[in-house]
Amino acid sequence: MSNDTSPQPQPAGIASRNLAQRIPWRSVAIVAPFLAVFIALSIGSPAFLSFQNVGNVLDRQSGILIVAAASTLVLIAGGIDLSIGATYMFTAVICGTVMVKVGGVAGAGLGIAAGVIAGLLVGIANGLIITYLKINPLIATLAMSFIILGATKLVSQFGKQGVGQIRVDFPEFRWLATTEPLGISLPTWIAFVILVILGVVLWRTTFGRYIYAAGGNAEAARLAGIRVNLVRISTFALAGLAAGIAGVVDLARTPSVPENDAIATTLTFTVLAGIVVGGTSILGGEGAVWRTVLGILFIAMLYNGFTLLRVDPLFQGIALGTIILVAVGFDAWSKYRTR
Amino acid sequence: MPTTASSDAPQLLIELRGVGKSFGGLPVLTDIDLRLEPGSVHALVGENGAGKSTLSKIIAGIYTADTGELLVNGEEAAFGTPREALDRGIAAIAQELALVPGLSVAENVFLGREPRTLGWVSRRKLRKEYVELAKRTGFTLEADALVGSLRTADQQKVEILRALARGASLIIMDEPTAALSAHDTELLHGVVRQLAASGHTVLLISHFLSEVLELCDTITILRDGHLIRTAPAADETEATLIEGMLGRTLGSVFPPKPPTPTEGEHVLTVTDLVGPGVNGVSLSIRAGEIVGLAGLVGAGRSEIAHAIYGAVRRSGGTVEVDGVECGPSVPAALARGIFLIPESRKEQGLVLGRPIRQNVTLSNLSQVASGGWVRPSRERTQARTMLERVTVAGDDRRNVSALSGGNQQKVLFARALQRARKVLIADEPTRGVDVGSRRAIYDLIVEQAAQGIGVLVISSDVEEVLGLAHRILVVRGGRVVAEFSGESMTEENIITAAFADPNTIESTRAS
Repeated sequence: MSNDTSPQPQPAGIASRNLAQRIPWRSVAIVAPFLAVFIALSIGSPAFLSFQNVGNVLDRQSGILIVAAASTLVLIAGGIDLSIGATYMFTAVICGTVMVKVGGVAGAGLGIAAGVIAGLLVGIANGLIITYLKINPLIATLAMSFIILGATKLVSQFGKQGVGQIRVDFPEFRWLATTEPLGISLPTWIAFVILVILGVVLWRTTFGRYIYAAGGNAEAARLAGIRVNLVRISTFALAGLAAGIAGVVDLARTPSVPENDAIATTLTFTVLAGIVVGGTSILGGEGAVWRTVLGILFIAMLYNGFTLLRVDPLFQGIALGTIILVAVGFDAWSKYRTR
Repeated sequence: MPTTASSDAPQLLIELRGVGKSFGGLPVLTDIDLRLEPGSVHALVGENGAGKSTLSKIIAGIYTADTGELLVNGEEAAFGTPREALDRGIAAIAQELALVPGLSVAENVFLGREPRTLGWVSRRKLRKEYVELAKRTGFTLEADALVGSLRTADQQKVEILRALARGASLIIMDEPTAALSAHDTELLHGVVRQLAASGHTVLLISHFLSEVLELCDTITILRDGHLIRTAPAADETEATLIEGMLGRTLGSVFPPKPPTPTEGEHVLTVTDLVGPGVNGVSLSIRAGEIVGLAGLVGAGRSEIAHAIYGAVRRSGGTVEVDGVECGPSVPAALARGIFLIPESRKEQGLVLGRPIRQNVTLSNLSQVASGGWVRPSRERTQARTMLERVTVAGDDRRNVSALSGGNQQKVLFARALQRARKVLIADEPTRGVDVGSRRAIYDLIVEQAAQGIGVLVISSDVEEVLGLAHRILVVRGGRVVAEFSGESMTEENIITAAFADPNTIESTRAS
């Protein structure tokens, strides 16, 4: 990526010199298993590498990728957000309820806006609670996720006609998931754009630097004049916003509102698993968006492979758990070794 | 295998023959021959990176030597773990103490080896054993005091007691006095002498040459992983030690002071400042003046620095830079030209897991960015220029944790130099810094003053304050209790004022 528009031309030699020595091998650890599984599945199952299958996997992962990318920022800044799954469901319910109540094109527009804004507000609330009330982020967002799940049920009472789920099968809304510019689904495009933006923000902006500094050493960052609280709140706000967007996008894909606490929990856990497998430190201060993307896709690819190879889905959880342990264990081991 | 301490500790003779060790292909120790006489205090001195810590870790079983052999009482020993070394009577006390703050002194001393009755810890027996141990060693520490509430020197005593409780005959101490005030340092010296007198061997690593000369029987000098010489302390002086460590003579330790500015404007004026640990401080610094802030650890020196810098809430008073009031926040202080180099570079200064370059530009990112967008080439140029000025060589994309203590401190100076500042506050600028880098840091401080910046230097090392400052303020109980300049600037005056009884402040105050 060339985002450098600085007036002075850079001497090219310095960057490319002894590249092999400079690659921190530990930090590319996720790449090797990712490629290995990718190649193995391509050989083992002819259906795997088909355009349709890959497109399908990406389409289904778009929501989770958006949430995971933003959560990566939270983790790097030294926080953790366990409420993203609940927020994701909450925003979908808000979006669906508004849509059902208002109806038509206006309903679709208002629904989308309401869902996204609700996510942002939850994120800001998380950030304020953690920084100003000084509650440990793990506890604060755990508590918040119960509150949000409760609120979700409360809101959905209004959206439901009688019993059953809220259905939002309106063409005014469904285009969000069904349009396929250049043959690739719109949710995939949305996820792609958001991932690139968040990745570049982290990589090249002052805000990104502040995120690393806040998570790496909060006190040093504060004494260097960085508004650490503001940085932390911003990362939680971004995570909430991302959960809002993901909730709305996924609602358009599966036009019925999910109403099952397990969906929220599974999303949170999968997101954290993907981030950790990608190699972002749970302790903050290091990590990257591209790692999380590989981590999430690695897990998705594995599940997809299990399906294609007709392995009992029973083993999926066991396999994923083992992989997380291996990934984190490898990380700890290589740190210990290079000490 | 000794399991209990005794005042006549078993005589333990440690010998190293041709010991070598390398990390990642780089030799850190080459062909070391060393003999630690039982009952002696033996010092290891050398610059940071000379191999002192590695050598002590090999003896303590934390590392294993690549070549050569380690002999304990004449028989070859191969320690795989610190535990095995401990079983042979060797204990290391690290710089970062490994105590459980929520447990009592006695519980910490016997941690993992509590006397039990049917599997239950017997508190009575624990206490009894502790009292016996304390009596044997002459340490006076309340058995039931919570370790977290003790001062650092006493916590170190707990560590030493724990080593003794486990039957250690050789105790390795890495920079034990680095974090101690003058008073606590004296206490710890007493402890070391006591240990030697009772037949224990002490291996001491220290940057304080006067301490080494005063306390030790034998001194070994290391340089670049080679043993330069081992000689009786009586045959060495500070000058010979420095020469051995550097391989050259070090000119004067302190650079010449720039002329005292008596006319210039006050760049910093602090009036009646009140904050946590600060009880009404007024002081002023002229452009180009170096003011030293002396006092004991805990007297409130760092607290004053933090209050001026806006890093803590102020509850009263004003801070003015060039006559303009400065708001109570770090960004406001930075904007007005105040910069603080904090006391602990690892905890308060550097983001250790990030590259050197990013650590240099951290508080000045807006200078190398436009519209929130970091310009890599501008950042690189800026960082390199600054690193060159503070003489830090090498690839600045490495993590800052790869640098030695002295170079890490220079990185913080590089951060400070980036913007035209008016006031520089340096809190303990040379703590844990090797002799060679120390002079470079002094040069930087003097250079800043020569450029018209008002400098406030905080240090526990009285000689350092005397060698650098034009004027010295002594702090006690969060107040400035005395001010010395010119002839009245003597070590004796400063120490007296720092320790003085509050009632006699007036009489010790210099005119």
